Amino acid sequence: MSFFIEVVVGGLLAGVMYSLVALGFVLIYKASGVFNFAQGSLVFFAALTFVSLTERGWNFWLALLVTLIAMILVGIAIERTVLRPLVNQPPITLLMATIGLTFVLEGASQLMWGSQPHGLELGIPDVPIEWLSQKWNINISQFDLFGAFVAGVLVAVLALFFQKTRIGRALRAVADDHQAALAVGIPLQHIWAIVWAVAGFVALVAGVMWGVRNGVQYALTFTALKALPVLILGGFESIAGAIVGGLIIGAGEKLAEVYLGPYVGGGIESWFAYVIALLFLLVRPEGLFGEKIIDRV
Amino acid sequence: MATQALLAVQNIEVIYDHVILVLKGVSLEVQQGQIVALLGANGAGKTTTLKAISCLLRAERGDVTKGEILYRGSRIDRLDPAALVKRGICQVMEGRHCFQHLTVEENLLTGAYTRGYIHSGVSEELEKVYAYFPRLKERRHAQAGYTSGGEQQMTAIGRALMARPQLILLDEPSMGLAPQLVEEIFNIVKDLNSKEGVSFLLAEQNTNMALHYADYGYILETGRVVMDGEASSLAQNEDVKEFYLGLSTAGRRS
Repeated sequence: MSFFIEVVVGGLLAGVMYSLVALGFVLIYKASGVFNFAQGSLVFFAALTFVSLTERGWNFWLALLVTLIAMILVGIAIERTVLRPLVNQPPITLLMATIGLTFVLEGASQLMWGSQPHGLELGIPDVPIEWLSQKWNINISQFDLFGAFVAGVLVAVLALFFQKTRIGRALRAVADDHQAALAVGIPLQHIWAIVWAVAGFVALVAGVMWGVRNGVQYALTFTALKALPVLILGGFESIAGAIVGGLIIGAGEKLAEVYLGPYVGGGIESWFAYVIALLFLLVRPEGLFGEKIIDRV
Repeated sequence: MATQALLAVQNIEVIYDHVILVLKGVSLEVQQGQIVALLGANGAGKTTTLKAISCLLRAERGDVTKGEILYRGSRIDRLDPAALVKRGICQVMEGRHCFQHLTVEENLLTGAYTRGYIHSGVSEELEKVYAYFPRLKERRHAQAGYTSGGEQQMTAIGRALMARPQLILLDEPSMGLAPQLVEEIFNIVKDLNSKEGVSFLLAEQNTNMALHYADYGYILETGRVVMDGEASSLAQNEDVKEFYLGLSTAGRRS
């Protein structure tokens, strides 16, 4: 039993890490209807910038602050140079633009900071919590728990921002109806710039967490692909969906690996998420928490 | 110029997608404190005229290619919608366009976006809107998408009021509403006009209702103004009676 709990909790905590990345997608999709393929490279860019600054002897908080400012500037620059000229274009054009953006960002970050992998250390060891393993024989990583805590705080902050602030309300308004938002005088360009900046901030958090876990290296950009099944499961427009989707995917793939794996020779973990997503697409294409289309008759 | 019009549209031409000519030289004026009706059948260009004024055309690949639009004597046809709302022109779009997933109150608050951060003035404004639309106060915490058509229309007008506009461009407020509700909404419009001094440019298919409440009217046909005059005289005009009011004194004419 304790082994089962360990697998589930471990999976859930790993899932939180997926949620962190998925959140960035959700923000941008919600506000502008763009599937931002470049979110993964934003994560990479943020992590690489941060780690490179700390390796140059910068204070942790200073490095974090400077990286945050850099991410906000990148967000604003993307709005200016990529989105604004493409306004009113079909979604597929915007998707292609973000794919292009992926390569530009990847190239730029490696050009600036070099392409060798870095280790990242936050001072929270990735080891099992002692008293848990002694008392119940359950091994839960201290760092995973910390990751879950960070994700929780991030979601709470985002929820407050969306529900309680004037800008947050405007963001939701834009997500609902571009035209009406324009008509009441909400400047779309500002809103988009803000959303990209917030997505940059989320990418920074995700990048740092993933950087500690797997090291800061080019492969970080592929975390974005892990966020895809999370989004399909949770719904593209829902912050809650990103969290719940992440948890289900995380727990699902760990359970599958442990309990189904032996029958098919293992190695399920890396692709099982996509199977769940596919099944989900058949049943509920808008995702668990996808925005219900309100249709009054 | 003797009296400067609040809004003057001078001979504008509008083209969609660089090819489709929709307005072929429309001119009209709204004086301070007036309710002006813009009448005409489907596709006559009423909505396009309003969107040209509120600068929402560009979001639909339309463009004002000729003529100019003056608000208090200065050109506004090259501004963006947000700047226009700040100057006091607000559009209530056809089909209401409430933010469906926001509550009624949140919808109203978005209307005050251009007025900066929430301060006491906004909550006063909110109370004022609730005074005009008591029904909205009851429904303030309901998601706008689940309120009735009339409530959504009220929300849309209330939202525009939150920006403290001088001029509201009201597009087809009667659409899909029961006659009683239409009357209620027109009465509130009249109230806002006389008590708050808000001028209205009103696009309507419900010619009878619109002429009853308006001071002046313009009739559009396929992108041109074909007739204009005092609302009362338009309502008496034989052609208007026959083609737009469905009344005819001398039997059917071909």
